[in-house]
Amino acid sequence: MTGPRQRPYTRRVSTATDVDVTARARDLLGVSRLTNSALTGWLHGLPGVDQVGCEARAAGLSTRSIKTSSKAWAIDLAISMIDLTTLEGADTPGKVRGLATRALVPDPTAPDTPSPAAVCVYGDMVGIAKETLGDSGVKVAAVATAFPSGRASRAVKLADTRDAVAAGADEIDMVIDRGAFLAGDYLSVFREIAETKEACGDARLKVIMETGELVTYDNVRRASWLSMLAGGDFVKTSTGKISPAATLPVTLTMLEAVRDWHDLTGEQVGVKPAGGIRTSKDAIRYLVTVHEIAGEAWLDNHWFRFGASSLLNDLVLQRQRMATGAYSGADYVADDAPSAY
Amino acid sequence: MPTFEYAPAPESRAVVDIASSHGLFIGGEFVEATGGKPFKTVNPATEEVLSEVSEATADDVDAAVRAARTAYTRVWSRMSGADRGKYLYRIARIIQERARELAVLETLDNGKPIKESRDVDVPLVAAHFFYHAGWADKLEYASLGSNPRGIGVVGQVIPWNFPLLMLAWKVAPALATGNTVVLKPAETTPLTALAFAEICRQADLPPGVVNIVTGAGATGQAIVDHPGVDKLAFTGSTGVGKMIARSIAGTRKRATLELGGKGANIVFDDAAMDQAIEGIVTGIFFNQGHVCCAGSRLLVQENVVDEVLRRLKRRLGTLRVGDPMDKNTDVGAINSKAQLDRITELAGVGEAEGAERWDSGCDLPTSGYWFRPTVFSGVSQSSRIAQEEIFGPVVSVLTFRTPGEAVAKANNTPYGLSAGIWTEKGSRILWMADQLRAGVVWANTFNKFDPTSPFGGYKESGYGREGGRHGLEAYVSTGQETT
Repeated sequence: MTGPRQRPYTRRVSTATDVDVTARARDLLGVSRLTNSALTGWLHGLPGVDQVGCEARAAGLSTRSIKTSSKAWAIDLAISMIDLTTLEGADTPGKVRGLATRALVPDPTAPDTPSPAAVCVYGDMVGIAKETLGDSGVKVAAVATAFPSGRASRAVKLADTRDAVAAGADEIDMVIDRGAFLAGDYLSVFREIAETKEACGDARLKVIMETGELVTYDNVRRASWLSMLAGGDFVKTSTGKISPAATLPVTLTMLEAVRDWHDLTGEQVGVKPAGGIRTSKDAIRYLVTVHEIAGEAWLDNHWFRFGASSLLNDLVLQRQRMATGAYSGADYVADDAPSAY
Repeated sequence: MPTFEYAPAPESRAVVDIASSHGLFIGGEFVEATGGKPFKTVNPATEEVLSEVSEATADDVDAAVRAARTAYTRVWSRMSGADRGKYLYRIARIIQERARELAVLETLDNGKPIKESRDVDVPLVAAHFFYHAGWADKLEYASLGSNPRGIGVVGQVIPWNFPLLMLAWKVAPALATGNTVVLKPAETTPLTALAFAEICRQADLPPGVVNIVTGAGATGQAIVDHPGVDKLAFTGSTGVGKMIARSIAGTRKRATLELGGKGANIVFDDAAMDQAIEGIVTGIFFNQGHVCCAGSRLLVQENVVDEVLRRLKRRLGTLRVGDPMDKNTDVGAINSKAQLDRITELAGVGEAEGAERWDSGCDLPTSGYWFRPTVFSGVSQSSRIAQEEIFGPVVSVLTFRTPGEAVAKANNTPYGLSAGIWTEKGSRILWMADQLRAGVVWANTFNKFDPTSPFGGYKESGYGREGGRHGLEAYVSTGQETT
C-alpha cells in the first residue's frame, strides 16, 4: 500500500491549512468563544431559500442552448472536472487499476481527450490507484470518515482519514454527521470537519452534505456555510448512496453559498455535485449554472468537480460525435470499469 | 482560460411562412379591406418589414359586426355549451400543434425573446383555451346567476405586448360563454392574430364567430362606436381606456378595461434574497418590461437596500440582451420606435430628477430598437419615474422602513394592478395582501399567470376581471331573457 510520494499541491487561492479555523470563525461571528448557540444564531440568520424560486431558477438555466463551439468547449471542460468514481464493496485491485487507466486514456481513439481530474475510491484502494496514476496529474481522492453513513466515533473517522492520506490520497471526501446537523449540534459538525481538515495535511478536503438526507434548501445553505467556516475546500452534495443525489437546485444553492463566502472572506471554495449526473446534457446544465451563479472563476477543475462514473462515457461519445458528425454507440467507448454510481 | 461564450443558438424561422400582405378575417373568410391605408408591420429587432396589413375602415368594422351578429343569432347562441366546448378544445389542440410556428411568429413581430414566446406565451394561450373549453358546458355551476348566457357581439381591442396571449384572454371566455367577437390586434403586432384566424378555419369554427380586423386607433374607435356591439373588452393604456369609457357613456354597452400599472415589488429584509433578486428581474425585465403588471417600482426595506442593489446589479450583468430569436436571449427588442422614444424620454426625466441611473453597459445590436435593463436608485415617491408607467426595462428603486410605510407607498399611485411581497413571514404576506389595493398580489414570486386566476385592476388600472370564474362574469347575461 505504498504509492509514489505525494506531489506538492499547486495551490491557488484556497483555504490555507495553517488557518486556525476556530479563531477565524470567532472573528467572523464576532464572538469571544465559539459555542453552539453562536453558530446557531449565525447559520439561522442566513437568508432563507425559497424552494419554488430556487427550482424555477435551476429550470430556467436548464433551457440554455449550448451548441457547436461552446458545446465542444464545455464537453472537454466537463471531462476534466470528473472525479471518476468507484465506491463499491465489490471493488477489486483490478477494477481500480482499470478505472485509473481509463482516467489516463479516456478515449484511445482520441488522444487529445482531457483526463478527468481525479479517481475517487475507498481508502484501502488509494495505493492501487496511485500506482497506476503516478505523476500523471490525475489526483487520487479517497472517501473517508466512515463513508457513506458517517456513523462511527470521531477517532475512527480521523484514523480513516489519516490512513487514506498516508496511502497517498491527494483529496479526501468526508461525510458530515447528518444526525448531529439535524439535531442542531452544529458545533460538533464544525469540530469534526475542522479536525478532519487537520488530519488531511496537504490533501484537499471535500465535505459531503448528503443533501438527500438534509432535504431542505435552507439546510443545504446552512450546511454549506458551516463546512466553509470549518475549513472545507469543497462542498459536495452526495455520497451517491442516497436518493436523490445531486440535483441542479441543490448545486445552485451551494454555488450561491461559495459565491457569497468569497464575497465575505475573499476565499474560494469548490463545489462538487455527485451522483445521478450521467449525460453530457446534464453536465452542461451544471456548467451553465456554475457560469451564471458563481462565475467564470469556478469554471476550472480546481474549483468544480463532478462525482460520476458513467458520465465520462457519454461525454466521450458526444465528443466523438462532434468530431465525426455521427453517433457511434456504447461499444465505441472503451469502458474498463462500468459502475452503477 | 477561455470564457464560456454561448455560441449563437438561433431558432429557425423556416417554420413560418409570412404572406407579403394580409386581408381582414370577416365571416370566416379573408377579405380585402374596402379602403383604408395598408400599413407595414416590422420586426423590431431588425427593422425588417415582415408583411403589409390592411387597415379596416368603419365599413369593414360594420361588416365584421354584422357577420358576428349573424353567427351569434343563427349558430353560436343556439349551440349547446358542450358543442361550443368542443370547438374550443379543438382550437387549443391546434395551438399546441402549431406552437413552434406561433412562437417564432410572435417573436419576429413583437421582439420578445423566443424562450418567452415558446415557454410562456404560447403554452398559456393553449391553457386559456383548454380552461375555458371546460367552462363552456358548466356555466350553470359557476355561480354567475340564473340562466347564464352570452351577451351578443363583443368588440375586443388588444395591445402589442402579449399579442396572442391577450387574444386568448379575450376570445376564449367570450366564446365559451356563447358570444361572438370582433377583435382588433395592435397595429405593430397583428401577425399572430391573423394566424389565429387561420386556426379558426382549421378548427371549422362556424363563420363569423371570430372576426379579426386590423388597423390602428381609428379602427379601434369604429369598434367602440359601433351600435351593434353589446360589450367591449379592452387592454391597453389608461388614456385610451378613458376615451373608451367616455365613448360608451350613456349607451347600453358594457365594458371591461384592463389598463396601465405601476406595480410595487416589495422586498423585506427577511426575504429569501437570491430568489427575491430573481423576482425583481422577472418582475421588470420579463418581456422587456412591456408588462402592464410589471414590478416597475421596487420598494426595498432600507436596511438591506445596498445589499439588494449590489446583488441586483451583479445579476443584471448576466442578462443576455440581443437577438430575440436566439434561444439564450433573456431580454429582446423594444416593440417599436415610438415606445423606445417614450422609454428614453422617461429615463432622461429620471436622471434630470436626480435619481442614480445604472445599466450593465452591455453591447446592443446596431439595428432595431433596444434599451439596456436599467436601474434607478434613490428615487422618491414624487419622482415622475415613480409615478408614470414607463412600460420598458426600467426599474425605480425606493425604500421603506416599516410594513405600514411599504403599504402606504405601494398604494400611493393612481394605478392598482399588481404588487409583489418578498418575505419569509407568512403572516405578513397575508396582512399585506389585505392592505394592498392591487388586483393581483404575488407572494415570493412575480409575473406568474394562470387561466384559473382572475386578473384585473383597482383605480386607474381598470375594471372587470379576466380569467378564472370571475372572468366569465363579464361575458354573461343572467336572469330572464328580454328581447
